[in-house]
Amino acid sequence: MTWPAIRTILDGAVVTAALAAVSILLSLPLGLLLALLREGRIPGVPALLAAFVSLVRATPFVTLVLFVYFVLPAAGLELEPVPAAIVALTLNTAAFSSEIWRSALVTFPRDQREAAAAFGMSERATFIRIVFPQIWRANLGPLVSEVTILLKCTPAVAVIGVVEITRAAGRIGAETYEPLPPFLVATLIYTALIATLVRGQRVVERRIARRFGLARP
Amino acid sequence: MNGLLVVWESRDVFLWGAANTLSLVLGCLLLSIPIGILGAVVLTEAPDPLRRLFAEAVDLLRCVPFLLLAYVVYYGLPELGLRLDPWWAGLMSLTVYTTAYLAEIFRAAFRAVAPDNIEAAHAFGLSRSLIYRRIILPQVAITAAPVIGNQVITTIRDSALLMIITVQELTFAANFVSANHFTPFAPFAAAVGLYLLMSFVVEAGVRRMERVRKGRYG
Repeated sequence: MTWPAIRTILDGAVVTAALAAVSILLSLPLGLLLALLREGRIPGVPALLAAFVSLVRATPFVTLVLFVYFVLPAAGLELEPVPAAIVALTLNTAAFSSEIWRSALVTFPRDQREAAAAFGMSERATFIRIVFPQIWRANLGPLVSEVTILLKCTPAVAVIGVVEITRAAGRIGAETYEPLPPFLVATLIYTALIATLVRGQRVVERRIARRFGLARP
Repeated sequence: MNGLLVVWESRDVFLWGAANTLSLVLGCLLLSIPIGILGAVVLTEAPDPLRRLFAEAVDLLRCVPFLLLAYVVYYGLPELGLRLDPWWAGLMSLTVYTTAYLAEIFRAAFRAVAPDNIEAAHAFGLSRSLIYRRIILPQVAITAAPVIGNQVITTIRDSALLMIITVQELTFAANFVSANHFTPFAPFAAAVGLYLLMSFVVEAGVRRMERVRKGRYG
């Protein structure tokens, strides 16, 4: 493989990383919001969200991407490939991470909530000061796994024409009639990205352990 | 309601797609569950260098996006002189990928079997293979059912990526119909509906195992 070809794939890697970063920043808070709404008391909302989560859980990610890209315009919402990819990634990861957040909320020790209430803390303050700082630390592992799954989903957005790593590799393969080398390079880049994330998780976990003792509440 | 009509008229395409998805997933499970169990046995029993090598290979596979693995298998095998049509290349990559995850799932499930069960089996002089067959695996089949169910749903989801290497599975069918008739909503909704149906079947199976577990272990 020539140097310009590798450059093209690396440009794709920047797109993949940016897509993943934006979708992570959108989907993890959205997942938390979904979890809070699902545990909330607004009638009808929990059932609706449960249906949404099982729908996304059963739908393959490529199908979701194609759905967002081809069906939303029919409903009057025209999206360029990159925003469509971000919407699909965000919906997918928000649905999956909402289950992680929800199980953390459900299993949160009741006595801590009661103690906070006894001190006259509002529900909001309890969540911000007591619950949230503990649940994100305790669920770092599952959340990072979700993020690695998000990264592993990103090649699917190549079908709607986003030029990220996989699409770039495909182009080079089509130009040189040798598809294998670019795809091997692409695989290596993905592996490096994901391995870096997992390594980062270990570092953060060690820091948490040093500062707060065990990483679990 | 034009879209529904289109879906109904191209039902052959959808059924063919669904049949391909099902045959891929079932074929993959038939291969990867036994191989995954064997892999988990290696991961728990093998002497250190071999075990370490295996663990690294499994971790590496779990870092690779499935689509890339499918591409590498699809384009790599011809270089090795093995020409496969897309369906077989798809089955192979799906099986390799799922096996890595299942091996990890089974390994965790083996470790969760109560040690006194295994000690008791040793005390009765059961051989290693008999311990696996009679003591460990029956418990694992029940306790790991939810996790395995999740993995099966993931495999169904992953199989859709094979449309990109031109396997004519369900998403391929939906895309094909939607592109030919310019009606995106109904074909994709039909595909999603069929995927939902498959995942309901898997979830029903898991619930059934759950009932068995409750009946046996309370």
